[in-house]
Amino acid sequence: MTDNVRTVVETTEKEPADKDVPRSLFSDAWRELKHRPMFWISLGMILFFVVMAAVPSLFTRGDPTEAILKLGSTPPSSSQWFGRDLQGYDIYTRTIYGARASILVGVFATLLTSAIGVVIGVIAAFYGGILDTIMMRITDIFFAIPFLLGGILFMSSFPNTKDSTYFAVVGKVVLVLSILGWPSIARLMRGSVLQVKPNDYVQAARALGASPWRVIRSHILPNAWAPVIVVSMINLGAFISAEASLSFLGIGLTYPAISWGVAISDALTYIRTAPWMLLFPSLFLSLAVLAFIMLGDVIRDAFDPKTR
Amino acid sequence: MRGTTRTVAVAVMSAAALLAAGCGSGSGSGSTTAGKDGGEITIHGCTPENPFVPANTNETCGGNVLDAVLAKLVHYNPDTAAPENDIADAIETKDNQTFTIKLKKGYKFQDGTEVKAHNFVDAWNWNRDGKNGTLNSYFFDPIEGSADMDCGPGADKKPDCTAHPAKASKLSGLKVVDDYTFTIKTTEKVSNLPVRLGYTAFAPLPDSFFADGGKSFGTKPIGAGPYTFEKYDQGSQIALVKNKDYSGKFPGHADKLTFKIYTDTEAAYKDVQAGQLDLLDSIPTSALAGDKYKTDLPDRNLNKPVGVFQSIAFPKATADPTYQNKDLRHALSMAIDRDTIIKQVLNNTKKPATGWVSPVVDGYKAGACGDYCKYDKAKAKEAFTKAGGYNGTITLSYNANGDHKAWTEAVCNSIKDALGVTCVATPIAEFSDFRKQINSGTMKGMFRTGWQMDYPSIENFLAPLYGTGAGSNDSGYSNPDFDKKLTEAAAATDPATANKDYQDAEALLAADMPVIPMWYSTATVGWSDKVTNVKVTPFGTFDLSAVSLK
Amino acid sequence: MGTYIVRRLLQMIPVVIGATFIIFVMVFALPGDPLAGKCGERPCPAAYVQKFTEEHNLNDPVPIRYVKYMGAIAKGDFGTTYQGQKVSDELLRRYPITVRLSVIAIVFELVLGVVAGVLAGIRRGKFIDNLVLVSTLVIIAIPTFVIGSVSQTLFGIKLGWVKPTVSSAATWSELMLPGMVLGAISLAYVARLTRTNLVENLRADYVRTAIAKGLTRRRTIGLHTLRNSLIPVVTFVGADFGALLGGAIITERIFNIQGVGGYIVRGITAHDGVAVVGAVTILVLVYLFMNLIVDLLYGVLDPRISHD
Repeated sequence: MTDNVRTVVETTEKEPADKDVPRSLFSDAWRELKHRPMFWISLGMILFFVVMAAVPSLFTRGDPTEAILKLGSTPPSSSQWFGRDLQGYDIYTRTIYGARASILVGVFATLLTSAIGVVIGVIAAFYGGILDTIMMRITDIFFAIPFLLGGILFMSSFPNTKDSTYFAVVGKVVLVLSILGWPSIARLMRGSVLQVKPNDYVQAARALGASPWRVIRSHILPNAWAPVIVVSMINLGAFISAEASLSFLGIGLTYPAISWGVAISDALTYIRTAPWMLLFPSLFLSLAVLAFIMLGDVIRDAFDPKTR
Repeated sequence: MRGTTRTVAVAVMSAAALLAAGCGSGSGSGSTTAGKDGGEITIHGCTPENPFVPANTNETCGGNVLDAVLAKLVHYNPDTAAPENDIADAIETKDNQTFTIKLKKGYKFQDGTEVKAHNFVDAWNWNRDGKNGTLNSYFFDPIEGSADMDCGPGADKKPDCTAHPAKASKLSGLKVVDDYTFTIKTTEKVSNLPVRLGYTAFAPLPDSFFADGGKSFGTKPIGAGPYTFEKYDQGSQIALVKNKDYSGKFPGHADKLTFKIYTDTEAAYKDVQAGQLDLLDSIPTSALAGDKYKTDLPDRNLNKPVGVFQSIAFPKATADPTYQNKDLRHALSMAIDRDTIIKQVLNNTKKPATGWVSPVVDGYKAGACGDYCKYDKAKAKEAFTKAGGYNGTITLSYNANGDHKAWTEAVCNSIKDALGVTCVATPIAEFSDFRKQINSGTMKGMFRTGWQMDYPSIENFLAPLYGTGAGSNDSGYSNPDFDKKLTEAAAATDPATANKDYQDAEALLAADMPVIPMWYSTATVGWSDKVTNVKVTPFGTFDLSAVSLK
Repeated sequence: MGTYIVRRLLQMIPVVIGATFIIFVMVFALPGDPLAGKCGERPCPAAYVQKFTEEHNLNDPVPIRYVKYMGAIAKGDFGTTYQGQKVSDELLRRYPITVRLSVIAIVFELVLGVVAGVLAGIRRGKFIDNLVLVSTLVIIAIPTFVIGSVSQTLFGIKLGWVKPTVSSAATWSELMLPGMVLGAISLAYVARLTRTNLVENLRADYVRTAIAKGLTRRRTIGLHTLRNSLIPVVTFVGADFGALLGGAIITERIFNIQGVGGYIVRGITAHDGVAVVGAVTILVLVYLFMNLIVDLLYGVLDPRISHD
């Protein structure tokens, strides 16, 4: 894109006149972010979980598959901090090892649903007309497919065998959650874009001949993605739990995957007798979601052109 | 059969154990305070799978209702499961092949007509008729002439009643002698035929049933039992009222029985706690855990052994030949720590199996499996080494829509621990898919099986499951000696001899181990503080002739 | 506007046909065989299989079955389930209950969510903002099953304020508690969405202008900002209404509500295409009407969005 478009656009956005260093949206955002403690806290937490997911053995020397049935359902104590679950697995070790599948499922399902949803939503709203009609009606059809039906069908079309690799098992769960989860994001994005589109700066950029891609990237997305970020970050937690409902139906993560969601769903029956089985995986799940919600908040703030 | 099917219907909706039940003594009755007659009792119910036609009812949701409405030739004693005459005055045979049935006079259908011999013969003919295609038709297979009732195969090898109608529309083995007498002739000798006659499908049907092929009967069944069917409110409840004309020996105390329909036993359990439901036949797992139900429902709960046997089956050799080695089978069985699994995972609701026959039936003999069903890591490892180990991963499949995840995982962990081999509990989403793979003989690896008796007989735990080519022989087991023992037992005119022959047949299973015996079930039930005298039958249902309001 | 509505109504025809066809095909593509599980641990008698297959047209190829099915629907006949019940009876009985339940959930999440979101938004970074964030996390971390089951035990058994389960009449008052449980998760989304959009819009030029022109802060928030901030909320709630109608499976089960969610699940597990498609057809219609309403609301909330 030509420079004059950028200038025009920046003036319409009431950018502070800082002509010496032409700044991109990203460097702007970065300047803003690095002064926010919230950013570093949330990033630190996420890093912590990522390390836990990548190298769980750093945090525990236990074996997550070692089941001592005789000790099943023993409450937390000094020797086993989080207690043991029904099967006699050590809950601390299981929770550490469960981070990998849960974080993978949560993050990738969120990324994929957001990606599909944003693309569909932006195109539908930006171009409008027949394209909007077709895309939104396809969205409606996808929205109508019951989760159970789509889930069972997908998983039985690509069944896990005893030789399936870890990433194939997790990848399929991510795919099924994404295929069935994107329509609401698409609608949300479309609504936001519809609201941003009539703004002067968008109209001006279009009138000046900016390419659609550039208008979308520089003017529409930064102003329209707030709702999607909010919903996606909450979805992240929802996906981690949804994975459990798939597993509960026998179509989710299977051996050798261990996850928070499955631990939570298995613990529900025993909430009256062994609440610690539910407490610890839930706690880790909410901490992870908290980190992502906070990060979502600061990033959205930083990228918001209106703050400048 | 009914129990297992019910598992599907309800477990789909719930995380609760269904066949799972409580442990403890097998004493029959709950409280002994004398109750009063009259009033309404509400019972946990579920959505019936089929119209209320006896020959098409093979699950408990509809079956429990029909059992209160219908009277049959025999009635099972709620304590001992022994058959007692109900409509039958006498069932006589000299050779186990020709049976003469004499009926009591005075039994009346709820539409006012009297129960006569032809009501049985007509009903059984209709039930077995190929063109009616009923679910329970196989109960009538032993009767002479049953093969002639099947329609011939069409072009696609499936029965085709239009092009190839059945040779007969009546069972040649059934003869009406007079209004109150008829005879049954079976193709082979069947020593336990009288025991079978208490099953729902053997109930007499009134003449009105045949007018429209059971259509209106299916919405409002008519029987000669203690309760009259009043109405079925879809998804809500099934109401029965006392049959004023009932002349049998097993009347109920309450004036009205209401089966309240639930999709989840958790919800029903909460209603019992709050006094909104009187009788619950299966306590949910969450309340069984830590014996919570005993404090939730103090003195209002009961355990009783029921005729359910659960096992782990080996795949057919044609689908997966890797489990044929008998030492391997014994090693796997001895590697399972049944006692600890029952204690830790199944809340003590099962009894470790020592054989293949449930303790509730006559002829049961403990210990048929011997040491092979006792947990012994050293012996298991020894047998495993003798078998040459197992190359690859052992799998144990289960249907995810039942409550099987926890115990199958525990079993695999036990095998892993004892034998050092990888074992994975593998879920299959739906019962229908699970059974399809088993029925079509394509299931690989081990899989769970469960059997609820159709009628209380030792034969029912052996012949349908391990006889060559039998309907539920999921492992494809075939042993000529076993089959021969079954035939001998069926011919024995003396019950003791018959039982001995069946026990001999059962003993043969230990060496071959077609399925690994796991445990026998008990039913754990609970009730509200409004009712008293609660008894449970060996089928896990309530004895409706005993229970009454306080 | 009029032509827009007519156009949207016409679009519903192909969408309904498309969605029902896809779901019809999906149900019959499910693995397993409806008859394999029907007879427990033994195969069903051949004669029964034959009769069942003929009665339900299972021998026809799926497209022909679909045409027969749609032909019947056009005449108002929704078919008969495998259990011999008329689908239309079931739908007439279940939909009013489910609609009542969903309306309670929607009103609950909308009112409470918007109030919480506005409070958090105008007091950004203050105590109330953090309180809303923490409550959101708690709601996300605790599975619906636990919220439902605990509130049922508390209010239904311990306190005895309500009956633990809902009767077949399923009156508004009986559905209050289940409705709130059902709306709990969405409440988190609505609150976060409202807060974020409000915060963002409060920074927009026109708000600054309005304040500069002397409008009071309260009036500014009420008149301009909140209205504009509600677009994503309306989008979310519109989609959520549809999702709750068909997806209240857990809540229905806990409180023994005879709703549509459980009916669809039951139909899927029984491979009962007629039951599933019947229920979903109505769901699709509801989605489409909700979307139309949402799109029309866009114009009301932000007059710059036009539909012509």
